Amino acid sequence: MKQFLQLTKIQYLEFFRVPGVIFWALMFPIVMAWGLGLAFNSKGQQERTIAWVQTSPVGKIMKDFIHGTINSDKEQVKIVGNKKTGFVTYHFVPASWQDATLMVKRGKTPLIISESTDSVKYFFDPKNPEAQLAYLQLSAVIGQQSHEENTEQIQPLDQKGMRYIDFLVPGLMAMNIMFGSLWGISYSLIEKRSKKLLRRMIATPMNKTAFLASYFVTRISLSIIEMLFLLFFSWWYFGITVQGSIPALVSMLIAGNIVFFGLAILLSSRTSNTQIANGIINAVSMPMMICSGIFFSYHNFPDWLTAIIRQLPLTLIADSMRSIFTEGAGFAEIKQALLLLCGTGLILFIVGKRIYKWY
Amino acid sequence: MLTTPAISVNNVVKSFKDVLAVKGITFTINKGEYCALLGPNGAGKTTLMEMIEGIQNPDKGEILINGKTWKSHEHELNRILGISLQETHFFDKLKVIETLDLFSSFYDLDSKRSSEVLNLVNLGDKRSAYVKNLSGGQRQRLSLAIALINNPEILLLDEPTTGLDPTARREVWEILFRLKKEHNITMILTTHYMEEADYLCERIIIMDKGNILADGTVDELISSNKGATQIIEFGLDESAAYGFSLDSHKYKWEKDEKYAKWRITVEDIASSLPPFLEEMKQKEIKIKSLECRKMTLDDIFISMTGRRLDE
Repeated sequence: MKQFLQLTKIQYLEFFRVPGVIFWALMFPIVMAWGLGLAFNSKGQQERTIAWVQTSPVGKIMKDFIHGTINSDKEQVKIVGNKKTGFVTYHFVPASWQDATLMVKRGKTPLIISESTDSVKYFFDPKNPEAQLAYLQLSAVIGQQSHEENTEQIQPLDQKGMRYIDFLVPGLMAMNIMFGSLWGISYSLIEKRSKKLLRRMIATPMNKTAFLASYFVTRISLSIIEMLFLLFFSWWYFGITVQGSIPALVSMLIAGNIVFFGLAILLSSRTSNTQIANGIINAVSMPMMICSGIFFSYHNFPDWLTAIIRQLPLTLIADSMRSIFTEGAGFAEIKQALLLLCGTGLILFIVGKRIYKWY
Repeated sequence: MLTTPAISVNNVVKSFKDVLAVKGITFTINKGEYCALLGPNGAGKTTLMEMIEGIQNPDKGEILINGKTWKSHEHELNRILGISLQETHFFDKLKVIETLDLFSSFYDLDSKRSSEVLNLVNLGDKRSAYVKNLSGGQRQRLSLAIALINNPEILLLDEPTTGLDPTARREVWEILFRLKKEHNITMILTTHYMEEADYLCERIIIMDKGNILADGTVDELISSNKGATQIIEFGLDESAAYGFSLDSHKYKWEKDEKYAKWRITVEDIASSLPPFLEEMKQKEIKIKSLECRKMTLDDIFISMTGRRLDE
């Protein structure tokens, strides 16, 4: 017990004595939630540039649309939209056909408008959602008698639980658990091996179980602190509350830590090279971060891939946390994920410990 | 005097992939003995040491510590050994006393013991310093303090002074010397500093390429060199040095390529030096530097391998 307490104490000291670690573990998720939450919840205008291949002089359709003095050499600005759908500021940049195609190639514009005397043509990649949206929005107003969209049937969904930030925060919590374990445990263990510190510690009567347990306990407690920080900020700034069961949320946090603790032990089991450690951790965490629907839904992936993504540990945690936060879920809804995560964690831990290179 | 074996190494072999690092070594260290494993880099010292420490298993052969093997008595042996590995980095963000308290806890000892060993290695004033702020010599002394924390019967030190300046090295020597006088500790230390082996240890095992070349006290090793225990070492002008050679029937000699010096091993300098100088005078070879001295461990190593210890 004495060595377990000492081992746990040094884990805390190592954590809290590095200001950078405190920033990345505690403040970074908050900064991320704030930045992304603000960007996607902002009522400000979006900006979009359109390449405009003109006739000389400028045709009637565009003249009517822009409605003002037109200097054919200069960029024309027109705001499209309304309070319900949000506003988009379109910048129409006059260009030759050659320059316009160059702008598309360089990603400066998603869409080219080319006008003739009695019509307007739109050129864009139909697989580009941004271009598609710009086309739909502009074609609804350019050349039409009324430049206002019909908004009677539009009802914005901006109540709590349905905003992007409500989707994001549980995902960030899940991501924090993953990165906390993989970097906080895997990397730390590999670094100790590379410095021969692991070898030195094991050449004493140190209890290996106590050593690993100290990592687990420290990680769980830090994970709770990290979650509380993010939770408090999200409540204070965005008004996010947990609609489901708090004990279920805590259980999911523990199960998440169990699965990633097992994975961390497995990943750190052999190598003593910190650069390889970087590669291994990134190779495992990045695909999960991209696919598991932390920032955006994974439902746009093909069905066969979605079936796999749903079983990834990070997806299980993020989906479960989301259902607790926004759907009011409790133990009944997440019990399968809990069991799967704990079981996977245990198997990964057993395999990792069996092949573990202590020297 | 009755001697009890502390460490027995019996015909131990160890290889890594296609390199045979230790080639069937056998020796015994008795209780209370200070023994140096002396040899250049790649001699197999660290591999042998790690097998004694239980960190690596021999491919063949057996290692007994107090008559016990690592396989069946790991926990017990961990408690009686004090180990200092080559280049261990401790926790940068911990203080010296915190590091010692951690290692104390592995042996169920309290903070009192941490303070004792701190004073033993003269690090009392660095008690609250962060490990990352220690100098190289202080880090080595911290490593030594950790090795001593459990009051070990046997101390295994792998190159404890490598990379230290002469003052820091001497500080470590004084601590080890004091331990020898005041405690009945058995010690094996690996080094490639012959003066370290000479100063600290009554017994020296010279290793090279996985083999033991010689084993004994400094005097035994020197006197084993067929009576020739004295050295005439000389350097020549650059013009004379080119292609210079001595008659191998007449002199037992070798050339130190690194320092461009010639070394003649003789039984008695007083009788050998005058005819040698006379011969050089007759051949009109101008001697630039001349040193006459007793044979050292380094000379023995060169005479055995043709290489210097620090190569």
